Amino acid sequence: MYIYNEFDHTFVRSRVKEFRSQVERRISGALTEDEFKPLRLKNGLYLQLHAYMLRVAIPYGTLNSRQMRQLAYIADTWDKGYGHFTTRQNIQFNWPRLADVPDILDTLADVSMHAIQTSGNCIRNVTADHFAGAAADEIEDPRKTAELLRQWSTDHPEFQYLPRKFKIAVTGSPNDRAVTRAHDIGIRTITNQNGDIGYEITIGGGLGRTPMIGKVVRDYLPKDDLLPYIEAILRVYNLYGRRDNKYKARIKILVHETGVETLKNQIEEEFVTSRANFPGIEPTLAKTIHDSFLPPKYLSESSSSFDNKVSLDPVFRDWAVTNTAPHRKPGYTIVTVSLKPIGGTPGDANSTQMNTIADIAEQHGHDEIRISHEQNIILPHIPLSRLPEVYTKLNYAGLGAANAGLISDIIACPGMDYCALATARSIPVAQEITRRFDELRLEKKIGSIKIKISGCINACGHHHVGDIGILGLDRAGVENYQVTLGGDASENARIGERAGPGFSYENLIPALERLLEAYLKLRLNDKEVFGQCYRRLGSEPFRRALYPKNFSATA
Amino acid sequence: MPQKNYHWVITSNHLLEGDAIWLDHYGNWTKQPESARVFFEKNDAEKMLQNVDKDRHIHVGAYLAESETGDSQSFQPLHTREKIRTVGPSNYFHGKQANQ
Repeated sequence: MYIYNEFDHTFVRSRVKEFRSQVERRISGALTEDEFKPLRLKNGLYLQLHAYMLRVAIPYGTLNSRQMRQLAYIADTWDKGYGHFTTRQNIQFNWPRLADVPDILDTLADVSMHAIQTSGNCIRNVTADHFAGAAADEIEDPRKTAELLRQWSTDHPEFQYLPRKFKIAVTGSPNDRAVTRAHDIGIRTITNQNGDIGYEITIGGGLGRTPMIGKVVRDYLPKDDLLPYIEAILRVYNLYGRRDNKYKARIKILVHETGVETLKNQIEEEFVTSRANFPGIEPTLAKTIHDSFLPPKYLSESSSSFDNKVSLDPVFRDWAVTNTAPHRKPGYTIVTVSLKPIGGTPGDANSTQMNTIADIAEQHGHDEIRISHEQNIILPHIPLSRLPEVYTKLNYAGLGAANAGLISDIIACPGMDYCALATARSIPVAQEITRRFDELRLEKKIGSIKIKISGCINACGHHHVGDIGILGLDRAGVENYQVTLGGDASENARIGERAGPGFSYENLIPALERLLEAYLKLRLNDKEVFGQCYRRLGSEPFRRALYPKNFSATA
Repeated sequence: MPQKNYHWVITSNHLLEGDAIWLDHYGNWTKQPESARVFFEKNDAEKMLQNVDKDRHIHVGAYLAESETGDSQSFQPLHTREKIRTVGPSNYFHGKQANQ
């Protein structure tokens, strides 16, 4: 992984020192909240319902064991012993005290981490495929591109005050696991007819109150042109993006109002200048980044212990089938460590679990860890020979849920249990869904399905792109849940359709039960997953299940 | 249907801890929602809200929250959001519920 150089260390330390002084001045009364708020947000510090919340960046979701242990240490020392991994591959601490935050930031800086640009109208943490560097279907490790963008965008003077926040995602595989089409800029690594690696660039994707799928502005962008081209997009957005209305300020609205062809021309025009002025990437830096993401030194170990365990232990076999993915190196696998135990909070890991993951990564996984936007932890390089031992350790730490990609593998934002913006709770809905379908023993029968829950219109829980999306709203002080169907977060991204009137908190789970029972009856066979079935039949039979005759849904 | 009348409390978040606080009968900030002063008239609550501006070194972002009317003079949050602030999150025994 990329190791901070002296410049990086000095920059992060200087920001901590600066913020420490700002916190001291706020506490002494020298700064008002109006003056302090933009400063704390620039350092990832929010004020939520019960406490401050610190959002820490995990660049493209990559961590090593030392960093993971430091997060566990922070959780134990200044928080309540756990952290919450988010849909943007970040981690959030829900209970820090204001006076402690500078110490937390110093502790993060010790392991080359920070909370800079995790808030505000700037380029946020660049996200990437969580199977990066390991996936069997990968064209190129997307973290090389993401790291280049991270360095370019961090503290970029021109793009610190954009019309609105700006999110970039990169995938190195044709199978898009980074939801690139729902980002302000989506970067898909592709090869052209000559076999040269480059990018397809989309702009204007986004969820929130106006969900849109990104539109292609470049079918093929040569790799060397990446920074000047991204700069051209940002420059056009910075100039023409609306600043009069925060709800219309994202680039997706600019794309929608201006038209993608016009905007494309403006970007290309700007690109002529930005490319002419671009000196190119300094060769030493290019080499450093390249060398930071070389494959690990793979082991050659017999997988007989794995084969034996698979044949003898059905519980292990079940987990191995569900929670591993094909690795590019024979004899290796990618492990998804589920942070979705039945009845648990999606994305939460306690400090013991974080330390367990760190130990496993160090002892068996080439010291590499990833955080997925689906709020799970990935161990990207596990030899099959070590998988039985890895499973035993995970299971002992309460991390052995065999549910990756199944109904209990739910994305959920913190919702109104924590978030000051939320209009309804998300976590208890997720917990109840997992409990109910566990009671019904239907999880395996239903198979692959994505349920995504957001506690407000801002859609941090990606509900628009779930097979089943759930949006929690406030109806006169009472929680109400809208259901959307048929969304897709993959390379075939699409926005789900609202099924009908919302449900009360009490009526939501029974409605989902009816919906999924209907799906089981409607599907052609157990290979036809929910999304395929929905697209084949359309919404009508599913709506009928949600709103049967005489069912009194509350609007 | 006649519009329902509500009572009001003044609430904010503590500067240092960030936790929910309410203005009590003595004009001080309290961490206990049961000690919150309930205003029967919105005008009175709004006037008092202007006064708490002087405490900006203690709290962050004061606002009025609606309380159910009834015989009780204690704060009974009308909105789920405010109920959650008086108790804590539902997924862990943290926040107010753990401090009582």
